[in-house]
Amino acid sequence: MILLRTEALAKTFTLHLQGGTRIPVLTAVELVLREGECLALTGPSGAGKSTLLRSLYGNYRADGGRILVRHDGDMVDLAAVEPRTVLAVRERTLGYVSQFLRVVPRVAALDLVAEMAGRNAEPGEARRRAAALLLRLNVPARLHRLPPATFSGGEQQRVNLARGFIGGHPVLLLDEPTASLDDTNRDIVIDLIRETKRGGVGIVGIFHDGIVREAVADRIFPVLPLQDAA
Amino acid sequence: MTGALLSARGLSLAFGAIRALDAVDADLWPGEVLAVVGESGSGKSTLLDVLSGRRQPQAGIVWYRDPEDHLHELHAMPAPRLRALHRSDWGFVHQNPRETLRMNVSAGGNVGERLMAQGARHYGDIRAQAIDWLRQVEIDADRVDDLPRTYSGGMLQRLQIARTLVTHPRLVFMDEPTGGLDVSVQARLLDLIRGLVARLRVAVVLVTHDIAVARLLAHRIMVMQRGRVVEAGLTDQVLDDPQHPYTQLLVSSVLQA
Ligand SMILES: Nc1ncnc2c1ncn2[C@@H]1O[C@H](COP(=O)(O)OP(=O)(O)O)[C@@H](O)[C@H]1O
Ligand SMILES: Nc1ncnc2c1ncn2[C@@H]1O[C@H](COP(=O)(O)OP(=O)(O)O)[C@@H](O)[C@H]1O
Ligand SMILES: [Mg+2]
Ligand SMILES: [Mg+2]
Repeated sequence: MILLRTEALAKTFTLHLQGGTRIPVLTAVELVLREGECLALTGPSGAGKSTLLRSLYGNYRADGGRILVRHDGDMVDLAAVEPRTVLAVRERTLGYVSQFLRVVPRVAALDLVAEMAGRNAEPGEARRRAAALLLRLNVPARLHRLPPATFSGGEQQRVNLARGFIGGHPVLLLDEPTASLDDTNRDIVIDLIRETKRGGVGIVGIFHDGIVREAVADRIFPVLPLQDAA
Repeated sequence: MTGALLSARGLSLAFGAIRALDAVDADLWPGEVLAVVGESGSGKSTLLDVLSGRRQPQAGIVWYRDPEDHLHELHAMPAPRLRALHRSDWGFVHQNPRETLRMNVSAGGNVGERLMAQGARHYGDIRAQAIDWLRQVEIDADRVDDLPRTYSGGMLQRLQIARTLVTHPRLVFMDEPTGGLDVSVQARLLDLIRGLVARLRVAVVLVTHDIAVARLLAHRIMVMQRGRVVEAGLTDQVLDDPQHPYTQLLVSSVLQA
């Protein structure tokens, strides 16, 4: 079953403060993601991998083509629907782990994770699951009650991963999820990704680390800098 | 209920040569926080005043949907109905709490007053609810009989919020609710507003010149410049991938909103 597909997806940035400079990044992107499959976006730095992932999440606005997501049984075009539908898709269908944790300041790590458990999760249960997932990701219990602002890069990234994985979304988008992790924690994340795939979740990821990519990806989706592709 | 709580089309209003509002459209859905951002003088407060029925537009229309799902043309509603609306289903939080609070009435009285305006009569119930709402805005119960003038700026703003929310409005208008407060007081107030809005699922039209506040609180954002809406959409999309030159300028002039 197809969970996500793009048709002729295009994205160009126009920098009005730089005299209207245009930066074409994506053109004619045709991507298909099926149940239980992990697609790895590859390409040199600056090619547009993060731009593609952010466009799939509706964080960047596609300026051409369609982004079809299976949401509540229907295919909806994320590039065309109203903002509140995008929010509903993010709540129930699309999870995203950004490269860097950017969250509400002053909120404890545990609450940041629990609030992503979904609207229907009972609060006590959401907190129990959040604690268990944080522990699995090696975020020790003494940190759970603290806001992550003072955490190390690796700890913040693991809080970010917990936020992405707790929601049980059928599609996950991962932007360099192991970038600042040591080998032990990297292996934990590999296990988590594999287990999630076995549950039928489709994943689109950017994995700078060849070991991770080898371990989790079923297919490679090259993203080429546009001048090279032309 | 599925329809928009509030819908505005083609709102225009000029003060002499100044176009404070120029063909503005807006919709607000139940439980949604909409931020109106833009620099000082761009028309944000004027828009809030027109959307809330406090000021008539020169052109355009505002529809309000009542709890029974009936639509009303806001600016055609008789003044007593509009006042009743502002006492119950709607609330207004001003930048300066002294505009709405009665400074010679106790804090508890300020909160209870809104319940009484709605018909509550039982003194014990009113007092209990007032104390409960003071607690919800993190004001100690032992301050309930104090006069607002003994309160700090941040406490006054929290008191205004308690007074507004006590009637369980479905829609609250806020004009720079954290403006004029110290940074640390602002942070605490923002946390409080964020928590209350999420828990009560109240719809909010939030005017702010601070895009970090918009990012923290709003689902959607409208960017105004010289009375016009130049860009609108999902908050993170507008702030991370701004399309309009003015939005790009606004976003680039802040450090990591
Ligand atoms: N918000 C943005 N505004 C303007 N240009 C951007 C924005 N985001 C990315 N870009 C540009 O798009 C190109 C691709 O960047 P990115 O998607 O981050 O590449 P990758 O993830 O492959 O390293 C770069 O030239 C980058 O500068
Ligand atoms: N009552 C008024 N009389 C004359 N001009 C006004 C009045 N109210 C607002 N204006 C003008 O309309 C414009 C928009 O004002 P306002 O809505 O208060 O902007 P903002 O809230 O974005 O700072 C400004 O140029 C302001 O000076
Ligand atoms: Mg990248
Ligand atoms: Mg104003």
